[in-house]
Amino acid sequence: MSFRIIVLAKQVPDTRNVGKDAMKEDGTVNRAALPAIFNPEDLNALELALRIKDSIKDAEIQIVTMGPFRAAEIIRESIFRGADGGFLITDRKFAGSDTLATSYALSLAVEKLRPFDLVIAGRQAIDGDTAQVGPQTAEKLNLPQITYTEDVIAVDEKSITLKRRLERGIEIVKTSYPAMITVHSSAPECRPRNVKRMMKFKHARTVHELQDENKDYTELRNRCPYLDIPEWTVADLNADEVRLGLSGSPTKVKKIDNVVLAHKDSVSLTNSESEIEALMKELIDTHIVG
Amino acid sequence: MKNIIVYCEITEEQHVADVSLELLSKGRKLADDIQAKLEAVVIGSDLQHIEKEIYPFGIDTIYLFDDARLFPYRTLPHASIVINLFREITPEIALFGATSVGRDLAPRIASALRCGLTADCTSLEIGSYEDKDKTFDQLLYQIRPAFGGNIIATIVNPETRPQMATVREGVMKKEVFNADYQGQVKKMNLENYLGKDDFQVEILERQIEPQKVNIKGSQIIVAGGYGVGSKENFKLLQELAEVLGGEVGATRAAVDAGFIEHERQIGQTGVTVRPKLYIACGISGAVQHRAGMDQSAKIISINNDVEAPINAIADYVIVGDVMDVVPKMIKMYKKHAK
Ligand SMILES: Cc1cc2nc3c(=O)[nH]c(=O)nc-3n(C[C@H](O)[C@H](O)[C@H](O)COP(=O)(O)OP(=O)(O)OC[C@H]3O[C@@H](n4cnc5c(N)ncnc54)[C@H](O)[C@@H]3O)c2cc1C
Repeated sequence: MSFRIIVLAKQVPDTRNVGKDAMKEDGTVNRAALPAIFNPEDLNALELALRIKDSIKDAEIQIVTMGPFRAAEIIRESIFRGADGGFLITDRKFAGSDTLATSYALSLAVEKLRPFDLVIAGRQAIDGDTAQVGPQTAEKLNLPQITYTEDVIAVDEKSITLKRRLERGIEIVKTSYPAMITVHSSAPECRPRNVKRMMKFKHARTVHELQDENKDYTELRNRCPYLDIPEWTVADLNADEVRLGLSGSPTKVKKIDNVVLAHKDSVSLTNSESEIEALMKELIDTHIVG
Repeated sequence: MKNIIVYCEITEEQHVADVSLELLSKGRKLADDIQAKLEAVVIGSDLQHIEKEIYPFGIDTIYLFDDARLFPYRTLPHASIVINLFREITPEIALFGATSVGRDLAPRIASALRCGLTADCTSLEIGSYEDKDKTFDQLLYQIRPAFGGNIIATIVNPETRPQMATVREGVMKKEVFNADYQGQVKKMNLENYLGKDDFQVEILERQIEPQKVNIKGSQIIVAGGYGVGSKENFKLLQELAEVLGGEVGATRAAVDAGFIEHERQIGQTGVTVRPKLYIACGISGAVQHRAGMDQSAKIISINNDVEAPINAIADYVIVGDVMDVVPKMIKMYKKHAK
C-alpha cells in the first residue's frame, strides 16, 4: 500500500447517559453500569480517514486503540465500517497513565507502523474533554498538527487541504505529509457498517478474546490471517517503562472531594398558574427582570 | 526569583484576549503567594504598545515576539517559541486560556517539556503536597471536576516544571492590579527560537465572524438540559429568553443531543456565567454544569424530579414539566411587565 492512514480511537464510558441507575449512594458513578461506546469524535475521525481513502488510490487505514481487552470492540467496529485493520495496545503497566504517558504509548505504536502519511484522531474523548492527547502525540512524532478539522477540501498524494472549526469562524489550511489531524464533532458523521465487511470480519478477534471464547484459534488464524487483531504490550512497543502508567504521569491526584452542595433555603412551588404568577410578579417587583 | 508566566493570546482585533487578562489577574495573586515575578509571553504581529494594555495587571516582564509571520496563530512557530523560551527561563507555573489556540498549543508544549498539564481548571490555589517521605511546598493546586459524579479533583505536578494549566474564559475574574504598574518589555529575536519547517502548514483562507452568541454578557439566562426533550421544545426557551431580554444556554447533554449549538454550552467545558437570573429547565445539575453557573445571583429550577441535585442550589424550585411551566411564565410575565 502506498498511502497509510492511522486512526487513533478510544473506547469510553458513555458519560452522556449517566442515569440514576449508574449513580452510587455516595454520589459517584458506577462505571461498570455505564455502557462502553466508541468515542464520538473518533467516529468523525474514522469517517474523515475513509473519505481520504476513497479519494486516494491504494490507501489503507489502520486503527490504534489503547485500553483493556474489551476495547478490541472498537477495532472490529472500525473494520466493519471500512478500516483495513487495527492494533490493540493493552498492558496493565499502562494503568494510571495521564495524557502525557498515553501519548507516549500511542506515539510508539504509531512509530511501529511507519511509514505512514497521516495520523487522525478525534479532538477529545468525552470522559475527559481535555483534547490533549492528539497534540501531544503529534509533538512526540514530530508532526505538524491540524486540530479541530471539520472537512477535507482537497487531498492527493502530496498534500491535504482541510477546513478547521475555530471559536469564531473557520480556517482553510494546507499541509504536506506526514501530519497529524484531530477532528471536531461538526465533521461529517461516520458511515454505517458495511454488510459485506461484517460478514467477512465477523470473527475478527484478539488472542484474548479467542481464549475467552474457548476457541482453538491456531487453525482459524492460519486459514484467515486477516481475522487476527494483534495485541501489543509494553514489551512489543519497546517502551521505557518509567514513562508509562503512574510513574510516567507528571500529574498526580492530590485528593478527590465529594462536593457538598451548599443548600440554599429554596422556595418550592407547584406549577399552578397562581404560584407562577406570584413568582413572576416578585421578579418584576424586585427588578430582577423587566 | 521564581516566575509565573501567562501565554497572552492575541485577538483578531490585535488586543490581548480577555481570557489572558483574567489569567494575568489570577497569576498576579499566585505570584504574590509564592513571592514570584509575573511574566507574559506575547506572540504576534504589529504589537506596538501592547504592553500598555497589560502592565496594569501587574506584569514584571513581557517577552515580546513581533513578526508578520506570527499572526494569525499557527501551532508550530508559536510552539517552538514557547518551548525554547520556557527552557531558557524555566517558569514555575505556566497558564493558558482554554481556547482553540490554548488547547492546541499547551499540550504540545507540555509534551516537549515532559511536564504535567491540567485542562479546564475551575480553580487554582497554592498549597503543599506530601508523597511518601517528601514534602513539596508552594505547588499549584489545579482544581477541576472529575468524571464520576459529584467529585472535584485537586491535581498537582510535584516534580516537573512548569506546572501547566488551562482555564476557560470567564472562570477567573479580570482585575486591574495597579493602573500605574510598570514592568519591562524584552523584544526577542525570533530567529533564535524558531525550529526548522515551522511554517510548513499554510493558512489559505480565514473567515472570522464577529461573536454571534454572547451568553457570558447576559444578565438573564434561560438554560435548557436534556429534560427539555427536543430541538423543537428549545424554541419555547428561546421565547422565554426573548421576552425576559436574556439568552438561551444549555447543558452538554442538550448540546450532544443536538438540541442546540455548542456555543451555548454552560459549564466546566463550556462558558462560565454569573447572571442576575438563571432559569434551569430540565437540568439535573451535574458538577461540571454547576461549575459554570453556581455563582448566578438567583437560580430558578424547573424540574419534574423534586430530588434533582440542581434544586439544592436553587432559590426557587418549580416542580413540574418544562413544557407546562415555561408557557405559564411567559404568560404571567407579559401580564405584569410594565
Ligand atoms: C469531562 C466532562 C466535561 C463536561 N462538561 C460539561 C459542561 O461544560 N457543561 C455541562 O452542562 N455538562 C458537562 N458535562 C456533562 C455532565 O456531567 C452531565 O452529564 C450534564 O450536565 C447533564 O446534562 P442535563 O442536566 O441536561 O441532563 P440529565 O442529567 O439527563 O438531566 C435531565 C434532567 O431533566 C429532568 N427532566 C426530564 N424531563 C423533564 C421534563 N419534561 N420537565 C422537567 N424536567 C425534566 C430530569 O429530572 C433531570 O433532572 C461534562 C462531563 C464530562 C465527563
